[in-house]
Amino acid sequence: MEGITLDLLALQIFTGLALGAIYVLMALGMSLLFGMLTVVNFAHGAFYMVGAYVAVALLGLGANFWVCLFFAPILVGLLGMLVERVLIRPLYGRGIDYPLLLTFGLSYVMIEAVRILFGTTGISFDTPDVLVGAADIGIGYFPIYRLFVIGVAAAAVLGLWLFLERTPYGLIIRAGARDPQIVRILGIDVGRVWLVVFGIGTGLAALAGMLAAPLQGASPEMGDSVLAIAFVVTVVGGMGSLLGAVLAGLLVGVVVSLASLFAPEMAQVSIFALMAVVLIIRPQGFFGRAGLMS
Amino acid sequence: MGATTLRGTSRHDWMALAVRHRVLLSAVFLLVFPMLMPFKAIAVNILIYGLFAVGFNMLYGYLGLLSFGHAALFGGGAYACGIVMTRFGLPWWLGVIAAIGAGALIAAVMGGLAVRTRGIYFAMVTLALAQCVFYLAYQAGGVTGGENGLRGIVLEHIGPLDFLDPVTRYYVVAAFVVAALFALSRILASPFGAAMEALRENEARARACGFDVRTTRWLAFVLSGAFCGLAGAMQALHLGIVPIEMLSYQTSGTVVMMALLGGMGTFFGPFVGAGLFLLLENIVSLYTVHWQLLVGGVFIACVLFFPRGVWGTLLHALNRA
Repeated sequence: MEGITLDLLALQIFTGLALGAIYVLMALGMSLLFGMLTVVNFAHGAFYMVGAYVAVALLGLGANFWVCLFFAPILVGLLGMLVERVLIRPLYGRGIDYPLLLTFGLSYVMIEAVRILFGTTGISFDTPDVLVGAADIGIGYFPIYRLFVIGVAAAAVLGLWLFLERTPYGLIIRAGARDPQIVRILGIDVGRVWLVVFGIGTGLAALAGMLAAPLQGASPEMGDSVLAIAFVVTVVGGMGSLLGAVLAGLLVGVVVSLASLFAPEMAQVSIFALMAVVLIIRPQGFFGRAGLMS
Repeated sequence: MGATTLRGTSRHDWMALAVRHRVLLSAVFLLVFPMLMPFKAIAVNILIYGLFAVGFNMLYGYLGLLSFGHAALFGGGAYACGIVMTRFGLPWWLGVIAAIGAGALIAAVMGGLAVRTRGIYFAMVTLALAQCVFYLAYQAGGVTGGENGLRGIVLEHIGPLDFLDPVTRYYVVAAFVVAALFALSRILASPFGAAMEALRENEARARACGFDVRTTRWLAFVLSGAFCGLAGAMQALHLGIVPIEMLSYQTSGTVVMMALLGGMGTFFGPFVGAGLFLLLENIVSLYTVHWQLLVGGVFIACVLFFPRGVWGTLLHALNRA
């Protein structure tokens, strides 16, 4: 292990945080959907992928990166709302497995639809000119785009937190998660709340996919491996906990990043080893409410 | 196939009789099946995937545990069989035994972790652990062949039987499948089978009655792994190679679709589901490479409108009539 200095280690941890930021956005969306709607979204990876491809399509229409960054999550969020209204809604109250199975089937349809529209091969995605290059962050040079990813994710998390904790809409969503029946008795249309939550969750996935595209390109299968990692993050952080999703997402990113420094061939496996350890020590995850487990 | 209520009508007598002789009926059907099939080439595939779905169904259909990681058991069995035959040069039947053992062993580890969680976590944890197995096999290229898969599994003769002949091959695999169905039937009829059903119906009550919930689930997972490992061995012998995709997330998803399409918790449903799925795949892929679009759509429709599956809906209608 010669040549591994403290600076290199710090840079690698920073790289891990950038990777983790994308996982955080994925896991936040999943956690939100589960916490509020008790829907485990197996199509979350597909929404992530569609987010990247919507950005590709918008770029093709002549839009610039910033327009994509704003509109891709919104468009995919609208798609998510359509899916909730047409496909998920009939399944509420029919057991927790049904939405899971349905979204799994949906992911096949979405991936194949993208293959038909954009082809089966991956598409490269250029980093916008302003964000190309590296900046000195005190411990060494670090790619600006990765800093940007961390910044956008942090802003999204902060925005989501403010929305849920500080606005009347957020209050209704939190109340709806705790006791939908009482909220309904108070005269609020819970169905509409769930619709909005589904839109936000899938929009977050799209934002993650769009941010990941310049790092790894866009391909129809890009969501598959991220889905498994998002599950790990959700299990480690505790299902339904937003704070858990943030901390676990960053942790998983850093673990992968450090593992690829010390033992590159074990980088992927290390994620799942981390999950196994958490399951043995604390099955409900860092911040999981024991109640959701039973 | 749950307990049928006997009302003294002849139809219900017939149903009860059919349930009692479910293994024999299945065996007879599998014997004549190749003669009914328009596409003989996929008859063996239906057998193998049917057995895989039987293993999966044991966990979801009879215990209510939804696993999205069964590819690790199926693929693990196939790799064990292939490694025993190609790397150690041992006979095929030792490969099959190794596959059953490997399926059970991987299931023991995966199940040991997964049964610590409940309900909705189960699907996520099993999926993640199966991904872990995938990456391990991918990295251990020296043993598994990595990305290229494990090649060179050759089985030409079993005693006097010519395994290269498709019809003989079908009946050899069918013999293993019938043996597995017999074992499954005995397990379901045993006190352990009753404990599984009790757990699915009402966990709190089963716990109060003194059933050890976690151990029962774990054991069922291990048994399911043994069945899937056997199916994996059959696939390895049939294909002659073990493609790495056998361990992929898509393989886990395929078996979920097959089991649901056929009918969860029915004895013969997994074969119906495997048959429908493979026929659909084969016919649609004649016309377009985008067969997954239709398969996904059919699956969505199935979840929305026929959650009992084709075979399950049929049995339900017969039972109610």
